[in-house]
Amino acid sequence: MSLVIGVDVGGTFTDIVVLDEAAGTVRTLKVPSTRGDQSVGFVEGISRAAPDFAAIATVVHGTTVGTNALLERKGAHTGIITTEGFRDVLEMRRRDRPATWGLRGSFTPVVARTDRIETAERTLADGRILVPVDPAAVAGAARRLAAAGCEALCVFFINGHANDANEAQAVAAARAVWPNPYVTAATEILPEIREFERLSTATLNAYLQPVVAAYLDRLDQRLTGRGFAGKLLIVQSNGGVMGVDAARRQPVRTALSGPAAGVIAARGIALAAGFPNIITCDMGGTSFDVSLVADGEPALAAQTEIDFGMVIRLPMIEITTIGAGGGSIAWLDASGLLQVGPESAGSDPGPVCYGLGNDRPTVTDANVVLGRINPDRPIGGKLARLDVAAARAAIAAHIAAPLGLSVEDAAEAILKLANARMAGAIRLVSIERGHDPARFAAMPFGGGGALHAGALMREVGLGAALVPRFPGVTSALGCVVADMRHDRVRTVNRLLSELDPAALSAEMVATADELEGELDHAGVAFTGRERIYELDMLYLGQTHTVRVPVVMPEGGLTREGIATAFAAAYRAAFGRVLDDIPVRVMNHRVAVVGRRPGLDPRLFAPADGRPAAECRLGTRRVYAEGSWVEAGVYDRLALAVGEEIVGPAVLEQPDTTIFVDSGLTARVDPFGNLVMREEA
Amino acid sequence: MSLDPVTLAILKGRLEQIADEMDATLFRAAFNPIIAEAHDASHGIYDAATGDTLVQGKSGLPIFVGVMAFGVRAVMARAKGRISDGDVWIFNDPFAGGTHLSDFRLVRPVFHDGELFCWLASVGHWHDVGGNVPGNYNPVATEILQEGMLIPPVRLFHRGELVQDVVDILSANSRLPLSLYGDLQGQIGALDLGVRRIGALIAEYGADTLRAAFAALKERAATMMRAQIAGLPDGSVSADDLLDNDGIVDEPLRIALDMTVAGDRLVLDFSRSAPAAQGPVNISRATTIAACYVALKHVFVEVPANAGVLEPVEIRIPDGSILDARNPRPVGGYTETILRLIDVIFQAVARIAPERAVAPAYGTINALSVTGRREGGGRWVMFSFFGGGHGGHAGGDGLSHGNAPISTATIPPLEILEAAYPVRFTQWALRPDSGGPGEHRGGLGAIYELALMAEEAEAFLFGERGRHPPPGVAGGLPAAPNRFAWEGATGWNAPPMTSKMTGIRLRRDQKLRLETPGGGGHGDPARRDPAAVARDVAQGYVSARAAREVYRVALDADGRVDEAATARLRGAA
Repeated sequence: MSLVIGVDVGGTFTDIVVLDEAAGTVRTLKVPSTRGDQSVGFVEGISRAAPDFAAIATVVHGTTVGTNALLERKGAHTGIITTEGFRDVLEMRRRDRPATWGLRGSFTPVVARTDRIETAERTLADGRILVPVDPAAVAGAARRLAAAGCEALCVFFINGHANDANEAQAVAAARAVWPNPYVTAATEILPEIREFERLSTATLNAYLQPVVAAYLDRLDQRLTGRGFAGKLLIVQSNGGVMGVDAARRQPVRTALSGPAAGVIAARGIALAAGFPNIITCDMGGTSFDVSLVADGEPALAAQTEIDFGMVIRLPMIEITTIGAGGGSIAWLDASGLLQVGPESAGSDPGPVCYGLGNDRPTVTDANVVLGRINPDRPIGGKLARLDVAAARAAIAAHIAAPLGLSVEDAAEAILKLANARMAGAIRLVSIERGHDPARFAAMPFGGGGALHAGALMREVGLGAALVPRFPGVTSALGCVVADMRHDRVRTVNRLLSELDPAALSAEMVATADELEGELDHAGVAFTGRERIYELDMLYLGQTHTVRVPVVMPEGGLTREGIATAFAAAYRAAFGRVLDDIPVRVMNHRVAVVGRRPGLDPRLFAPADGRPAAECRLGTRRVYAEGSWVEAGVYDRLALAVGEEIVGPAVLEQPDTTIFVDSGLTARVDPFGNLVMREEA
Repeated sequence: MSLDPVTLAILKGRLEQIADEMDATLFRAAFNPIIAEAHDASHGIYDAATGDTLVQGKSGLPIFVGVMAFGVRAVMARAKGRISDGDVWIFNDPFAGGTHLSDFRLVRPVFHDGELFCWLASVGHWHDVGGNVPGNYNPVATEILQEGMLIPPVRLFHRGELVQDVVDILSANSRLPLSLYGDLQGQIGALDLGVRRIGALIAEYGADTLRAAFAALKERAATMMRAQIAGLPDGSVSADDLLDNDGIVDEPLRIALDMTVAGDRLVLDFSRSAPAAQGPVNISRATTIAACYVALKHVFVEVPANAGVLEPVEIRIPDGSILDARNPRPVGGYTETILRLIDVIFQAVARIAPERAVAPAYGTINALSVTGRREGGGRWVMFSFFGGGHGGHAGGDGLSHGNAPISTATIPPLEILEAAYPVRFTQWALRPDSGGPGEHRGGLGAIYELALMAEEAEAFLFGERGRHPPPGVAGGLPAAPNRFAWEGATGWNAPPMTSKMTGIRLRRDQKLRLETPGGGGHGDPARRDPAAVARDVAQGYVSARAAREVYRVALDADGRVDEAATARLRGAA
């Protein structure tokens, strides 16, 4: 039992990484995903890489089942039981709209109004119970919803975060009559003030529960049927893994499982390579996702919106997405100004050069026309070759002719603008958060990012770009290295001067003990455990909180210690502190991390690498900075450690293409990564 | 110097990002929820010589997009050349390019090589700026000084040194000086950030390149607007709408538009509109122009936030009218008149190009404040705006419970309000039958009901659309009107002015109830898909009676469409 297997199921491919800890080897594999039931392709894929399932100690899975069910609105038929007077909270949201301009938006909640039943009960903001709940009435409401065909139920009461007594009674009554285990208590998912955010998060949990649980059951059965007796772990949106039982109870925590795994892998590779500060860049067909890792820690967001009005308020790896990918369409607006995206040709029909019916030029078409992409060896293996002439014609007709540019200059303009938009996203997560870009490296993963990494590095002023050895299977790799992590938030809402630091400390430590119990329960070996304590704090009168990390001393927190920590966090965020204003503690946050063994990155080092000259496949004409130049083309995976290539050059490998701009050098580091920097 | 189109496109993105970042900085740092949660604030970059808007943040309050340039010009006029690096000017004078007294503007010159390069401005809605009513929506004000303190453009910083005297004057004139101080700090921080970012951009691209970009962006905006106008059919149409009253005199006030499209030029003529009002529903000329901009941007979504947009648009505003308020006319309820002005532009567009039009939204912000004293003697002020429905449009039904077209504000969570103030909400729900019927139905308004949990309190409401509900377009019907009521010793009461009331006395457990309008309908309701009507009835959005009488759809006992009976109902129409 020495194998650890990471599996990332995407829309087209299932990526598998097999780590043999005893032998010190690592294998990667790409198999087609099976639509309908992802567990089929999943298990088949593993059997090709590791036929003896009994030898597998752990399978770690980054899943998009939850994400897709949310995006395609294919969750379960769900009902809600709520406080009298408030059945429309889910539908009313926070009184927002999808787009600032135009007023043409609409919203359909995942739970219909007829499936939201009110019951008489009321808890006040300070936790007092004004109207006790009637469990019999709740049971009756639950029976009605079940009879109406609801497969999942969410129980949500106003001010449940302040006192969940009524809600807990109602949940017990509902669970007693509900025909399956899919009953979500809102405060069990999120005991935090803000009714819409809590209800939305809990409702989406209920909505996902039957779908994700059924998938995990099938997966479990298929694995067990093959003789698997190890642990199955699921990657959460916060970048940590959890056990299957936790995933069944709280499937909403898998909403961004796949992308989070990618960031975790990037972090692991970058840390080993000596880059604690990176910005990950995942360029797909329609979007460009960036995340920041500072001092080895991925930035976490408190909440995310999956779609308009579908809010999940749980800690997640912060992923900023803009509509700029390989399929993004270049067009001229009514004033003749060049624009790229957000409209995209996606992967089907895809760029013009795919020849599948799109005739409007895309970013990929510009890369093809300028020689950055080899038309005879398209990555992904779906197409035999790319149609360069068609891409040229599209850019000529739509961009070059109206702007009076040559086709090459028009194509380069498309890339410059696409790079500028992507650079904007990088600035948003770095410079705008007070980070110095020179200390960060761009780390592309996925198929498209490596073509643009050098340009982005220059545009934003990043210190380097780091291209991992296998950018195409990064998410699966992340599964193998992810730590186990459990988070909990709880609303405090007291002035610092009025709260009892000893009681607060005791509650936080108790929460950590409880979460650590979940680590024990998972049955996984950890190399270490860590507790992270934070407070969400603000000045009296403010509404937005600042996250304040605190160290829990032996004797518990003190008021002075909390005040000092708040001042430091506030100054870091806003450059100033405000004197003589009372401070409030809104929430406490506790996270417990079980560290799993890190990956030995030398496993990826090229074993029999060759000098650069021997890896040279030839040259290709590449257009850059207004002229054609001959660029060397290299077989990236054949390069030996320490080899250096000076731009302009194109490095090819099956899952990506890397463009080294003029003036940049690319060097193979001891772990097989390619490090690009400005020439000294 | 001329600029290549790629550099221009890149600089446009960089400049917009600076304005957006200033917005975000203030939202995070602000103290009062009207800025922090409701985003009632805005930032932008303005031309050094003319004050014209070059770029404005995308996340701030839409109405500020058009109006900030007037504020910059007011500072230029007041400064008369006494402009130094490190100066920051502050004011809220509505007649000098302001909006209403709650909106405090900070305007800061940006210098490069000793020369004025551009202006930055920050505006935010402060929680309380004095006057007769906490929160400053005084529905019975008859002159501006009853609405709050009026500050002309003065220097808050002089050559980088804070003028503490000004801060002291401002603080002494607010019921909530702490909140004021926090918001002021946030705005100063946003301007500091803007100056740093502009400096970095100059270092990267050079001042001349940026100046060339400023000029090109303006020209481009005008070109885009001309192209959009040319897409409308030529012709002249009129649209009138009414405000219920001005809070003082119970007479309706007309906002009238005669709109002409001629090729790529547009004339918006408001000459037939009412004279200035005694009560606080007047708006300044600057605000009127800004409101036109907001309405046009909702119709032509692609046009940028740049002064060039208004170049092909002629706006005629009668002197001294309700749309050209002069000192000392009260302007506190400016939102209501702006919303009505947007509504008449939407209705005029519907007459000339129905497929482009969205029916009017709920049309009132319903500023409600409830205030009292805490046990220790300190004052509490709960102040918020409430939502309603958006209008139907050719592509579908309107959004239920949206924010106002002039705003991107979100509503505070009721749990946050209950935790902060002694109130308890008893209902927070969609309002059935409030959406204007139409082939594309207006979105639903809301019902908000709350009870007092202290011994006593006082409430103030500033609303509209109580008598003249949001109209439909293209054959669509009006939404339900605004309703407000409060509980007294002898039962429920309604304000004589329907949606405007001051000094409402509440005792423990007595309630306030606000029912807001939906959006207007688009198209004949008898053309609405009967299945959609059946769904609306099943979900409780529309009553069975309205289905039959207004939509002319017959439903059977199970709520399914009775095709034959529906055909008879619709045939008879």
